[in-house]
Amino acid sequence: MKDFIIPDDRDMGTPARQGAPVTLTVDGFAVTVPEGTSVMRAAAEAGLQIPKLCATDSVEAFGSCRLCVVEIEGRRGTPASCTTPVAPGMVVRTQSDKVRKIRTGVMELYISDHPLDCLTCAANGDCELQDMAGMVGLRDVRYEAPQSGGLTNHFEARSGGEANPQWMPKDDSNPYFTYDPSKCIVCSRCVRACEEVQGTFALTIQGRGFESRVSAGAMGDDFLSSDCVSCGACVQACPTATLQEKSVIELGTPERSVVTTCAYCGVGCSFKAELNGDQVVRMVPYKGGKANRGHSCVKGRFAYGYAAHKDRILGPMIRESIDEPWREVGWNEALEFAANKLRGLQEEYGRRSIGVITSSRCTNEETYLVQKLARQVFANNNTDTCARVCHSPTGYGLGQTLGTSAGTQDFDSVEQTDVVIVIGANPTDAHPVFASRLKKRLRAGAKAIVIDPRRIDLVKSAHIEASHHLALRPGTNVAVVTAMAHVIVTEGLMDEAFIRERCDWDEFAEYAEFVSDPRHSPEATEALTGVPADELRAAARLYATGGNGAIYYGLGVTEHSQGSTTVIGIANLAMMTGNVGRPGVGVNPLRGQNNVQGSCDMGSFPHELPGYRHVKNADVRAVFESLWGVEIDPEPGLRIPNMLDAAVDGSFKGLYCQGEDILQSDPDTKHVAAGLAAMECVIVHDLFLNETANYAHVFLPGSTFLEKDGTFTNAERRINRVRKVMAPRSGYADWEVTQLLANAMGGDWSYDHPGQIMDEIAATTPSFSGVSYDLLEEVGSVQWPCNEAHPEGTPLMHVDGFVRGKGRFIVTEYVATEERTGPRFPLLLTTGRVLSQYNVGAQTRRTENVIWHEEDVLEIHPHDAELRGIKDGDWVRLNSRTGDTALRARATDRVSPGVVYTTFHHPDTQANVVTTDFSDWATNCPEYKVTAVQVSLSNGPTDWQEDYAAQAARARRILPAAE
Amino acid sequence: MSPEKMVHMANQIAIFFESQPGEGQAEKVADHLNDFWEPRMRAQLLDHIAAGGEGLHPLVLDGADKLRAPA
Repeated sequence: MKDFIIPDDRDMGTPARQGAPVTLTVDGFAVTVPEGTSVMRAAAEAGLQIPKLCATDSVEAFGSCRLCVVEIEGRRGTPASCTTPVAPGMVVRTQSDKVRKIRTGVMELYISDHPLDCLTCAANGDCELQDMAGMVGLRDVRYEAPQSGGLTNHFEARSGGEANPQWMPKDDSNPYFTYDPSKCIVCSRCVRACEEVQGTFALTIQGRGFESRVSAGAMGDDFLSSDCVSCGACVQACPTATLQEKSVIELGTPERSVVTTCAYCGVGCSFKAELNGDQVVRMVPYKGGKANRGHSCVKGRFAYGYAAHKDRILGPMIRESIDEPWREVGWNEALEFAANKLRGLQEEYGRRSIGVITSSRCTNEETYLVQKLARQVFANNNTDTCARVCHSPTGYGLGQTLGTSAGTQDFDSVEQTDVVIVIGANPTDAHPVFASRLKKRLRAGAKAIVIDPRRIDLVKSAHIEASHHLALRPGTNVAVVTAMAHVIVTEGLMDEAFIRERCDWDEFAEYAEFVSDPRHSPEATEALTGVPADELRAAARLYATGGNGAIYYGLGVTEHSQGSTTVIGIANLAMMTGNVGRPGVGVNPLRGQNNVQGSCDMGSFPHELPGYRHVKNADVRAVFESLWGVEIDPEPGLRIPNMLDAAVDGSFKGLYCQGEDILQSDPDTKHVAAGLAAMECVIVHDLFLNETANYAHVFLPGSTFLEKDGTFTNAERRINRVRKVMAPRSGYADWEVTQLLANAMGGDWSYDHPGQIMDEIAATTPSFSGVSYDLLEEVGSVQWPCNEAHPEGTPLMHVDGFVRGKGRFIVTEYVATEERTGPRFPLLLTTGRVLSQYNVGAQTRRTENVIWHEEDVLEIHPHDAELRGIKDGDWVRLNSRTGDTALRARATDRVSPGVVYTTFHHPDTQANVVTTDFSDWATNCPEYKVTAVQVSLSNGPTDWQEDYAAQAARARRILPAAE
Repeated sequence: MSPEKMVHMANQIAIFFESQPGEGQAEKVADHLNDFWEPRMRAQLLDHIAAGGEGLHPLVLDGADKLRAPA
């Protein structure tokens, strides 16, 4: 077994700086570092470690432990190397009798108040205190607590027969880590990590001097009840066992580590999977990861327990009808059964009667194979992916205006942003690590404009406050974005030079004329959008004139009847203000799932071959036809909603659905169920018997990201390696299963490793032509396009010109959705995510994360609640024209009057039973974000919920295996 | 799909292109339908048009001759 060799991963002591080079000597070695670098880091760059305890390179230097003192020629005393910046010609000595004596003295004091239970301590072998005691040569501790009592220590529960008032019990309230105050050295690294890295400010140092203690939240709080979001930054920063992963306490310290990529959201954080054998001990954010820069959230850091959950199905199963229980069978039987069914359906109902759904959670290589299965083996283009229901309007909108659907920046770009617009996205919950990077920039002075119906955390939370919160009515995005353009154009705030040079001027002139019409003014649209005109004007001015302006957006933009139009409007705003093509600006779609970018890139859409090239183009088809030896259908295939419609109509009969739970995640659950029920062969390829599997005839067990090699592409187009750390528990990685199915249908594929699949992608897809596993081993990750012109990828798009040539302004007329409130359904429902859960919750509900979100609740404004006699915690019925469900209410003014909000993480609630089948005009992306509803008191689950649960229980029966 | 849903979806496309300046809106509607609607969806639309096209936006009807009949 060959593991990727982890590049230099040392703790450099203090953060890197950028600046003019400065040369100094450390212990006689010359070293050149950027201006502003600490002496400690300069020494580390030279390969010389200075002892340290309170410094770590994820947070700014603090200068409290005094272990890192050095001598500097010409300077008095012994300055702390962590807080002393380098100067030209500086001569530093890290070792001398004088500093050795100081360090030993400091260490002796630390150890006098630390238990000496190293052999049985969870951090044994992974403790910086232990390392430093060794490094400074501490041999003796002379200090003892006075016999007379008084000042004693923090680590003995009883001292001299009396209870020790300084001792505090372990706090193990957090499901993933413990806080053991007796091991704390009060270096405050955890407090600073919570502030500087995560930006939550949940921790503090309470008390003074000998009384100083790390404390979570307010008096009386423990870690769980505090504001702590369990990101793990404090655990990562802690030099001792004070903050320690429970998994390490249970399993011991890991002996090997493999760099891989998180399988949760579209940020795509790099992690080190730390293991003993094939047992994952912990996941630790990888400092070399260019998306996360060493940070993590509760999902990636801790919520991997689903991989070993008892609910996982590890062998294939089949059944003739969904009324029957499942029958466990061998791989050959299952694949033959599936292949015969699919071929039979094509013979009976035609070539286009079957299709696939690729997974935005699987790797690029796996997704490529699933769409290839449709195009080559099924001989049709019936392939779609979950991006249909999230960012397909991004594909259309940015493709039309800028020339490519890709986000324009890398995540590092946010560090140079002056004004950020966050529209229809809630990064602190859905893209937490990016949110931490954004909040850091906001604390440094950048301004924020939040456009969202809810008061999300970015509007106001610890040490950040948005300059403007435009709390629009759901469904009025286009009106708001167009009104912003109206202000910018009519007040002459656009960047005319940029537009003239980079965009089509005539199209801009038409757009300018369109938006200048007084009917688009904020005053005219205020009654419609609910956004005060002066607030909108101020926001537009700030974005246009506040320096580098960046727009980040999410599904609150796309999941509307006019999703594509809003994306176009966002691109228009960026172009007219010249905010494209350099660091700190841009149009940045925040992608929901780990590989939703990649699944789109890989040709999952029914009208596009890999690399976003329409199937109607004969030259593109020819590339694949010559390689695959078949003729490719020149007609676009069915999109997911079309597949379901066609199924109900009786012309779509078979589906291979990989790693996607459409019954729970797609809108109008009853319609999805009817579509699935009408199919004759549904193949679900997943980790668990998900909701869709209730209607499946074949179940093929899936593999987790820990069990396979591949790549994920994150929201910044970054292709990151996923590395296998254990054998697939079902016997096959997902790409192998797809290959087996293809071959059972005569596909004749012979891939031995995902690297070969990537080679095929590179050979056929121009934007990937430079990508190979060798390159990724060498440089870590690349952002596509990666080709001859950009051999190491493209961090910023549209630098010298738009991909399409001239940027194109497109008119954005507001069209009200058909989904309207009225006397029967007076409220607007909008949906979203919470931090601790992910999408349909199939993974996170099977981890300890449920402690933070046991059930979906309905947020309702106290005014709307009171009108209906609803109190916090009451069961309420949520009705729409489509369906009804029941859940508990939470009265909160985070939502405006007239708006209610819930999440879709739990199948018992099935928020999507109420959502409608209205969709985006261009892409059929469903309108999840606007449903007219009524809310009323209820006794408990609805009949529908009870019927659903009963059907699900019946459909999940598995026959005992035959002897 | 239900005729109402099909008409609604086709009209949404027409309403977008109607708002665009310049010429050739009907053709743009037809292009969009050719690019994104699967053959059986276009067949259903063409059948509906042949049967009088009830409820369809004029731009959909005007572009009907540009709609590619499925093979």
